[in-house]
Amino acid sequence: MTKKNIRVLVAKPGLDGHDRGAKVVSRALRDAGMEVIYTGLHQTPEQIVETALQEDVDVIGLSLLSGAHLTLFQDVMAHLKKRGMEHILVTGGGIIPQEDFDELKKIGITHVFGPGTPINTIVEYIQVSVKK
Amino acid sequence: MKEEIAHIQKERKKWDIQVQDSLQRKSERNRKFTTLSDIPLCRLYTPLDTQDMDYLTDLGFPGTEPYTRGIHPTMYRARLWTMRQFAGFGTAEETNQRYKYLLSHGETGLSVAFDYPTLYGYDTDHPLAKGEFGKCGVAISSLQDMEILMDGIPLDQITTSMTINGPAAILWAMYIATAEKQGIPKDQIGGTIQNDILKEYIAQKSFIFPPTPSMRLIIDTFEYGFKHVPQWNTISISGYHIREAGSTAVQELAFTLADGLAYVRAAMDRGLAIDDFAYRLSFFFNSHNDFFEEIAKFRAARRIWAREMKKLGAQKSRSLWMRFHTQTAGCTLTAQQPENNIVRVALQGLAAVLGGTQSLHTNSMDEALALPSKKAVRIALRTQQIIAEETGVTHTIDPLGGSYYLEWLTNQMEEETYRYFEKIETLGGVIPAIEKGFFQKEIAKSAYLYQKEIDAKQRIVIGVNEHALDEPPAIPLLKIDAKGEKRHLARLTKLRETRHKDKTDKTLVSLQRAAKGNENLMPYILASVHAYATLGEICDVLRNVFGEYKEPIIY
Repeated sequence: MTKKNIRVLVAKPGLDGHDRGAKVVSRALRDAGMEVIYTGLHQTPEQIVETALQEDVDVIGLSLLSGAHLTLFQDVMAHLKKRGMEHILVTGGGIIPQEDFDELKKIGITHVFGPGTPINTIVEYIQVSVKK
Repeated sequence: MKEEIAHIQKERKKWDIQVQDSLQRKSERNRKFTTLSDIPLCRLYTPLDTQDMDYLTDLGFPGTEPYTRGIHPTMYRARLWTMRQFAGFGTAEETNQRYKYLLSHGETGLSVAFDYPTLYGYDTDHPLAKGEFGKCGVAISSLQDMEILMDGIPLDQITTSMTINGPAAILWAMYIATAEKQGIPKDQIGGTIQNDILKEYIAQKSFIFPPTPSMRLIIDTFEYGFKHVPQWNTISISGYHIREAGSTAVQELAFTLADGLAYVRAAMDRGLAIDDFAYRLSFFFNSHNDFFEEIAKFRAARRIWAREMKKLGAQKSRSLWMRFHTQTAGCTLTAQQPENNIVRVALQGLAAVLGGTQSLHTNSMDEALALPSKKAVRIALRTQQIIAEETGVTHTIDPLGGSYYLEWLTNQMEEETYRYFEKIETLGGVIPAIEKGFFQKEIAKSAYLYQKEIDAKQRIVIGVNEHALDEPPAIPLLKIDAKGEKRHLARLTKLRETRHKDKTDKTLVSLQRAAKGNENLMPYILASVHAYATLGEICDVLRNVFGEYKEPIIY
């Protein structure tokens, strides 16, 4: 049996232009042997879910530093549900206060990576969570 | 002089032997001795490292060419820098209250942070604005909001900086119109619009239109500015965001100055005389962790700018001045043990002052978590006041000038900058280099290396990869009042119903016609703003004529 590479969509929902983190994470996941698709900026939740479907990804990493995470992440999750794609692992990252972590967990964002997270923590989390 | 150098060389050799002895007894710490830009550093700097410099040509006196030591002959002895805290959240009313709070605590200038829909030229009720209202700045959808934002603030006495780029001309028009409604003529207001689209494509990413029409709008503001609003800085050429996106200090300096020169050339191509507009160009830099490298960067920036402007034909001394704002580096703030950020900010702020900044924003300790709380921003402002009043660093101009290390490092920054200038030139200039993704790739590479070095503990971040605590941060954070969005939307809806629609539409039609031609658009934008056309409506007109920018995806 050949082992397939993990496919990850790194996505920037909404109008936020802070893409340093998304780019660093994209590169790190690629260096760790994953197949990475980076959406670029200014994606609507609908577009993100559509790309995830087209690219048949195992993971979506949502990056947001504008403070609009509660609304936009929720919209992404709603679209995933609508399209029957709840099997995809969804993580979040950015400027997100601890007190919002629980709220995000409830809607299905399994993990939020805050500022200062070492890259390897993210890589390992994805490798462990996505069993191929 | 030559004799002295020879003597120092001889003594230096003796000292080197002494060092070797010492190293045999105790080796140096096992770490990389480089600046943050990876410039390798020697153990010691002496007159040998600066012997090629000529004091009068390379340093001169403050207020004289090449302005390395400062642009004014008296610097902070005459006037302290402007203490200008970048602020904005929620509704215009809430932000207006925050401005009054900051002014009452000794702030000396305003700096407006807009929310994302405003930065992209959308009204709050646009579908793409969902979830973003007031989150990372204040929402301004029309002149009405701007009037509320500046209510009770005397615009002839206080200067205002606005971080706005894609729709800069429109927000500036709203500010001018607000002043006029306060009875203040436009030639008596002062402030700055960021209006630097090149670094938006490179790093900050709040662009709307493609490069060519964007540059046209910018040159329109230059021209309108020196003719009608002569105390206004019509651009703030910014390295800050380039640095925040992950560049090194050298890249920040080189890319920013390259952008600056591109604007000057574009304005000259339009037929503007350099000495008419150059005195209204201003700059904006980051102040990061590497104390001496930052100071060297500021000093090199002044020297390079003066020399390059002279080459382009500037004759008035004011055209050669690099005046700049500084903000401490947001990307160095840690979410872990946020109180430690107060110390980081103090050191970065001190570097900016030792580098001769004209205005300063000091970050608040909680900004890796949320927008700053009232208390956090007050401490940040107090940090500047302590630097100004207690440390004594303002008593003497360029107090570190003449340090062998600092002068050597200033020269290094300059050399590396010219190396980048050559590369950019080879690529055909700034805009072609953007289109080829050159800057974006350079920055992404630096950002990735920086992160890898932190992960490998080659760079230490206190509280993150050393001396970490296993407890979550416990400081109160600012919450945006959810009711604000409803109030703002109600106001916007009412405005659309009650304004003279015919008049508004007429101004928008005129604007469209002018945009298709090549007239200066500022008078048309001002007319639309006065007729209470909204930001989104005005930008839609321009979007239809100019198109929208789509960036290449690079990581």
